[in-house]
Amino acid sequence: MDMDLITNILYAMIRTGTPLLIIALGEMVCEKSGVLNLGQEGMILMGAVAGFIVTLLTGSLFFGFLMAMAAGVIMSQLFAMITLGLNANQVATGLALTIFGTGLSAFIGADFVGQPIQGLDVIVIPLLSDIPVIGKMLFAQDAIVYLSFGLFTALYWFFRSSRTGLIVKAVGENPHAANAIGLPVMRTRYLAVAFGGAMAGLAGGYLSLAYTPMWAENMSAGRGWIALALVVFASWRTERVLLGAYLFGLASILHLVAQGLGFSVSPNLLAMLPYVATVLVLVMMSRNQSRSKMFAPMSLGKPFHVGS
Amino acid sequence: MLFKLEPRGEHSKAMAYLSPLLAGILTLITGGIFFYLQGNDPLYALKTMLYTPISDVYGLTELCVKTAPILLCAIGLAVVFKAQVWNIGAEGQLLMGGLAASALAVNIIDIEGVWVLPMVMLVGMLGGGLWALLAAWLKTHFNANEILTTIMLNYIALNFLIYSVHGPLKDPHGYNFPESAMFGDAALLPILVEGTRVHAGILFALFAVVVVWVLLSRSFIGFQIKVLGLDASAARFAGFKDKKLVWITMLISGALAGLAGAGEVAGPLGQLVPQISPGYGYAAIIVAFLGRLHPIGILFASLLMALIYMGGEMAQIMLNMPLAITGLFQGMLLFYLLACDVLIGYKIKFPWLGTKAAASSAE
Repeated sequence: MDMDLITNILYAMIRTGTPLLIIALGEMVCEKSGVLNLGQEGMILMGAVAGFIVTLLTGSLFFGFLMAMAAGVIMSQLFAMITLGLNANQVATGLALTIFGTGLSAFIGADFVGQPIQGLDVIVIPLLSDIPVIGKMLFAQDAIVYLSFGLFTALYWFFRSSRTGLIVKAVGENPHAANAIGLPVMRTRYLAVAFGGAMAGLAGGYLSLAYTPMWAENMSAGRGWIALALVVFASWRTERVLLGAYLFGLASILHLVAQGLGFSVSPNLLAMLPYVATVLVLVMMSRNQSRSKMFAPMSLGKPFHVGS
Repeated sequence: MLFKLEPRGEHSKAMAYLSPLLAGILTLITGGIFFYLQGNDPLYALKTMLYTPISDVYGLTELCVKTAPILLCAIGLAVVFKAQVWNIGAEGQLLMGGLAASALAVNIIDIEGVWVLPMVMLVGMLGGGLWALLAAWLKTHFNANEILTTIMLNYIALNFLIYSVHGPLKDPHGYNFPESAMFGDAALLPILVEGTRVHAGILFALFAVVVVWVLLSRSFIGFQIKVLGLDASAARFAGFKDKKLVWITMLISGALAGLAGAGEVAGPLGQLVPQISPGYGYAAIIVAFLGRLHPIGILFASLLMALIYMGGEMAQIMLNMPLAITGLFQGMLLFYLLACDVLIGYKIKFPWLGTKAAASSAE
């Protein structure tokens, strides 16, 4: 394997891992507050279709990404209204959000399938991008990848050193205790769900505006579910989410590696790899029941009703 | 606060039955508004979607064709969901069932005999059942969350199916289309009504409804399943083997989904193609909830879901709507159902009204 190939694989690994990283970070914040939102796919697809249409109509990528995030937030608040407002089952409602979002996005986007669009350009940082092997991977990416680096750093700090981060964790661990000392449990949860929605929408926009600049039905291809598994894999820790996202990015582009090494394997079989990897990772992380329970936010998925 | 939730203390049986009805009405109203915004006459559009497809005998037989796989998947899900095991993998189990049945059928095209069809169906059930047992094994031995594993197995099954029709199962005389050879006559399900596509699959589905009804309401296993679902620790305390129950329920639901897949390839399709299912396995989840996990409820909910599938196709032809309208209606229905289900456990009070008017009149 020559140097160029390694450089390109690392570059593609970051690009492929970025949407997973963004979704998983958003979902992690949501889960830290005690809410399990299985509707990631629905929010991603709505973000992807909204961003694509807005960019196509206005010509502005900035507005596209903005609308992608807005679409994610709106979808997430639909989920929040039903689970937090009406105390409905979070698992079933999350599934409903996925089914609804998949249908609605396909409906809205039906007229836009296959239309060409000028995708997001890469920003090459001079000098730094010339560093061998890692230069291209870290310093010749598009704006959203740089944004995801910033997002990671911000969340790392948020949960490690900020007071608000502590509140989110308290609400997720024990909402009754948090409520008793006057923390705004419900508001925190609504905001955490909204943040998760914004991130899923952003990742959706990344898919339809940068990663593969086009709209296709169901283009998220299970990334939302993989990101959910990633959060489990990461034991709800920010730095492990980063690691996991890029590992999954690598698993998704193994066909490039195989080609580079001169193997010929059916692309359909290789397409299974990220999903197989997800199952393996879940098995690895869940084996020890008491250990996996220790890391999960205590009240994850449980409804909170004042006075209950 | 716009409204307040007040716990009822005990669950309202009446609301449990009214909630699907309410959700259906709300879906109709929202759908009507949606059509109106699209520039269609809402009443005409709804009639086109929900009445025109079944306004003649042929339409009714087509309804049976579409109901069969949905009902088979959903009735199986009723069993697992009762045990609070969240098998979201009916879609993948259906695909693996269709794939396994096809793998056998294309290798015995020239063979005749009455045992061919039962074998093909049985292999289909085996394919779906084993695929579900994989998730059961991962759950009971490695504690892996079955929601995520079954969904991943759906994607793996789909890719495996696509690989198969491009590779080992591709028709050697098929001009390189990603399709298998047509099955031999002995492997095809008999047609029930001459001149239509309605095949014996609907009979399997109705039979499954009866069997599951007996299983859940009249058998000891069914009792154990229900206890496990209501209170896992109580089930363990009573000495029920919870892991075994997970395996049994997953096997039943996977085998029925596999039978649905086998019924599709040996029924209306007659061969293996990449698109066996337009999401029947996912629609079955909605059907199971809508039917309150009760066999009779699921029967009616399956008919409705099949109608929505046909309505989507009709809206595409008559109203020039995207086919995705099917998914949109399915999603709305489930959303409204979950929102209405809150009325089972809670009363809704509107403090700003000043009176203590409860939103429900169903008490």
